[in-house]
Amino acid sequence: MSIIENLKDKDPFAEADDDSGEKVHKSQDYIHIRIQQRNGRKTLTTVQGLNNQKFNFDLIIKHFKKKFACNGTIVPESSTHKEVIQLQGDQRKNVYEFLTSKDFLNMDAKTIKVHGF
Amino acid sequence: MFKDLAKKKKKSKKPKEGEEAETPAADGEFDPSALKKKKKKKPKTTDADDFEAKLAEVGAVEKEDAEEEKTEEPIQEGDMEKGTGIWAHDATTPIKYNNLLKRFFTQLHSHHPDLASTGSKSYKIPPPQCLREGNRKTIFANISEICKRMKRSDEHVTQFLFAELGTSGSVDGSKRLVIKGRFQQKQIENVLRRYIMEYVTCKTCRSPDTELNKGENRLYFVTCNSCGSRRSVTAIKTGFSAQIGKRKRQQG
Ligand SMILES: [Zn+2]
Repeated sequence: MSIIENLKDKDPFAEADDDSGEKVHKSQDYIHIRIQQRNGRKTLTTVQGLNNQKFNFDLIIKHFKKKFACNGTIVPESSTHKEVIQLQGDQRKNVYEFLTSKDFLNMDAKTIKVHGF
Repeated sequence: MFKDLAKKKKKSKKPKEGEEAETPAADGEFDPSALKKKKKKKPKTTDADDFEAKLAEVGAVEKEDAEEEKTEEPIQEGDMEKGTGIWAHDATTPIKYNNLLKRFFTQLHSHHPDLASTGSKSYKIPPPQCLREGNRKTIFANISEICKRMKRSDEHVTQFLFAELGTSGSVDGSKRLVIKGRFQQKQIENVLRRYIMEYVTCKTCRSPDTELNKGENRLYFVTCNSCGSRRSVTAIKTGFSAQIGKRKRQQG
């Protein structure tokens, strides 16, 4: 049996990215960074969709707490078996940089969606 | 407004007509020389279709133009807003082409910004009006106006706002949106900008003149009115929402 070379690295059925035409990850693969307002000016940042099989959440949270000087917890998400990282304050930029930085997770910026204002 | 228009006509009869005839067709291929020529040859030719012939003529007229500009040396002054100097109602001095062009564009920008702008970058919506209600709520007053401008339903925009801001809210008696939490105008504006990118602009031609329809099998489609392209858009998902302020109840 020979393998069709063309189909090896590209998934022909993947959705095309609107702007570049490149294939883009399925929506469930996105990492969502969201912000919520608590009482007053206080906010909460949640990171949803990060693979907890692949990454050690305890280590990540430890790093976040120290680097961003905020408290944080891991919250189980009911609909999927993935967990959500929850941080105090608006850490969206910090988290985004952490995820995309070459020194840390080195993820593709296209797989991350930052929500909020 | 009408008074103004009438006045304008009298002010600069000849050139005004030239402008009127030229500009609608000019759009992409604005040719100042054609206009210049027209201004002068006004009585002879008026139809704009004859573009080719005109172009040929322009070559011949060009020299004449240069000479004339020299003789028109005296500086043309006056406030075009107030209608003084050369812009005066009964002024008889022929107004220079450059001045007329300037006037045309200032007026186009002030009266019809839509026509003056091209492309999605200059797509304009009225700025969101945000009021504070009490300490914890924000009123987004002109949401229905903005939705009308974008041709989207209030519900869809509201859903997006709530999902993005991670909050909830309600609609009050005068169709204003009451959002839980404190938000500044700038922040609402940012979210609206993202909404426009996702659900309004056509990705093919960047036109904001599109329609959002529910297609078959529960998918939403954005159909472009100017190029006809159609793309599916993702449904608005709220995603994970952290529990806030419920700990007390859990403990007690
Ligand atoms: Zn289009």
